[in-house]
Amino acid sequence: MSKERIKISEDLYDIMPSDYQDLVKSATYGKEDRGWKDIGSSKELIEQHSLCAGCPESMAFRYILASLPNPEDTVMVGSTGCTSLVFPMVAVHNIHSLFGNQNAIASGLKRALSVRFPGRVKDVVVLAGDGATVDIGLDMTLQAWFRQEKFTTICFDNELYANTGGQESGLMQKGFVAKMAPVGKLFDKVRLPEIARESGCHYVVNCTVSKPSLVEKVIRNAVHVAREIGPTYLQLYTPCILEIGKNSMEGLQEMRDSEKPTERFAYKEYVSEPAKQLLAELAAKDKERKAAAKQLAGQASA
Amino acid sequence: MATPLSVIGTQNKKGQTYTDPWKLMNEAPRTPSFFTGSEVIKEAVRRSSCDVMIAYPITPQSEAAALIGELFAEGYIGDYFRGESEFAVMSQCAGAAFGGARVFTTTAGPGTMRAMENFPMWAGARLPIQMIVTCRGINSPLSIQPDTLEIAYLLNTGMLVWHAETAQDFFDWILKGYIVSEEPDVHLPLALCCDGFFVTHTKDVVNLTPADMCLPPYDPYRSPVPCMDMECPPVRMMRDPFVMKSNYISYATHASWQQEIWAAIERSRKHSIHWLNGLIDTENTDADILIVASGTAVSQGREAIRLLEEEGVRCGLVKVKTLRPWPEEEIREATKNAKHIFVPEFNVTGWLAKEIRATIPNPHRVHAGPHVCGGMTMPPEIIVSEIKTALGMKSFSLAGRGS
Repeated sequence: MSKERIKISEDLYDIMPSDYQDLVKSATYGKEDRGWKDIGSSKELIEQHSLCAGCPESMAFRYILASLPNPEDTVMVGSTGCTSLVFPMVAVHNIHSLFGNQNAIASGLKRALSVRFPGRVKDVVVLAGDGATVDIGLDMTLQAWFRQEKFTTICFDNELYANTGGQESGLMQKGFVAKMAPVGKLFDKVRLPEIARESGCHYVVNCTVSKPSLVEKVIRNAVHVAREIGPTYLQLYTPCILEIGKNSMEGLQEMRDSEKPTERFAYKEYVSEPAKQLLAELAAKDKERKAAAKQLAGQASA
Repeated sequence: MATPLSVIGTQNKKGQTYTDPWKLMNEAPRTPSFFTGSEVIKEAVRRSSCDVMIAYPITPQSEAAALIGELFAEGYIGDYFRGESEFAVMSQCAGAAFGGARVFTTTAGPGTMRAMENFPMWAGARLPIQMIVTCRGINSPLSIQPDTLEIAYLLNTGMLVWHAETAQDFFDWILKGYIVSEEPDVHLPLALCCDGFFVTHTKDVVNLTPADMCLPPYDPYRSPVPCMDMECPPVRMMRDPFVMKSNYISYATHASWQQEIWAAIERSRKHSIHWLNGLIDTENTDADILIVASGTAVSQGREAIRLLEEEGVRCGLVKVKTLRPWPEEEIREATKNAKHIFVPEFNVTGWLAKEIRATIPNPHRVHAGPHVCGGMTMPPEIIVSEIKTALGMKSFSLAGRGS
């Protein structure tokens, strides 16, 4: 979809909702180097959200939507949970259907878009919680990777079932006492990043969303690798402050504490050989583009 | 955004001509061919301009699903793959349909049950996916034999449900099914059911339309809900998602959405009547005795009627073609003269008899039976025996059926 298509007929302009007017006026559809720095100076693709005050998931949503390299041709797939409260207010087509089937939906969607728009870029990005990705939907998560489906899977890992009230999940830490784990969780946090690597993902990152620049980098990389090569997986720590007994202001510190080198969300990355090559090419092009822009700016001021 | 009519007369990459559907189905020359039901499914899909087919092995639909893979290899279908389970396959079908593709899949028995969570979602999302259901047993101990119990579970999903009697029905209805289910005022998924093995694995003469003519492609921009392809502006769908809200607006939204799905099934009635030449077929409905059936029970009923005629008993027949929309008025009219209505079924609960009882005045006229299940065949003689016993006539007791 080109940005032209969202333009409003002049005759109807005044009756369109203001958030849509803003979208046309100052969203960053089509901007080549869009990223987290656009937040605050342009219309974000997320209108509002009904998440808890201070929820790190809301930060993650804003960074991700600001960083998608091609939102005007991206379709997102969600699942049941707190994310499904946000998606209806996102200005990118998105699908919520059932709990746990997100990677199956995305497989069919990506193939349909490839059949219908040959030669055109149509990115598909899955964004779901850890219950959806690792527990109820694990077979579909893995099978999409085995089949080398060309889309990105993002897991918002809050280490429990947040939306249903804090029950044990597969990504919960061992020993954590929660609903349905009354004597503490008895087995280890499922090692999905390692499983993703072994299942055929070409770009895997495990990190928190404490640094917007890092989120921007891994989102861009993951989407580009998925578009050109094969499946990619991001596991992002978005703690549920409500269920781990933190206050609204403490989400960021919780993430910073959990990403220390010995902690479970220390930055971890796996990049396949073809993906390394692609990312190097993209970085070189990016450098060229920036140099050209700088030169152009220099000429203009001279 | 091209309208589908604009491509009529042009050719696809396989050299097939996009043909006006009415001409394709009613005026194009037909060639008699001797095929299994599975092969007939393949031939119908060849002519249906299908974008995506997703397959999974389960008896007795595996052969059809694999044959459509051959169509993909030949270039007749946009994409095709084997999913990992029926639940996943039906979600993959949903993803493809959300993305604007014409989608085809097949399943059976336990596969239908495993996938069940998807079907109300398909209907709620207004995805006109076509799913062939080659019915088989769903009971434990495991059975792969013909049994239509799974249809009972499909009746309240919000899908259109049609029940084919023969391979000829199957061929015509796969093509007509897309036409009806993709109408903007319908736009619902279709479960096109048949009795496994009896239809899928037997050969029959089927009159096929020309292989070089096909349906016009699906146009997702005629859908009553936006296609998820980022080709139309993405706007905020709602200020607050209704899932978590316990308030009247939330309830009213969900209620009206569900009512709209069932209204869409009702609106499919006029299209189904037009394309299927009525929701039911009738023969001799002035007779005192009637057999009302769907699927292959109709064929067995027809044979039973012939046997009864030889003994001087006159019996009429009603073939129910669509279960959703349910032909309520038609069945009431067709059964108004009948004193005895027999409903032979290939399942243990007799869901069709229950539907009919709930539809007609004086429902005590309905004799729910005979029932066979678990893969038993239904010889016409047991229908004859059921009818004669109910009428107080002498009848042979059949070995093995008990009293």
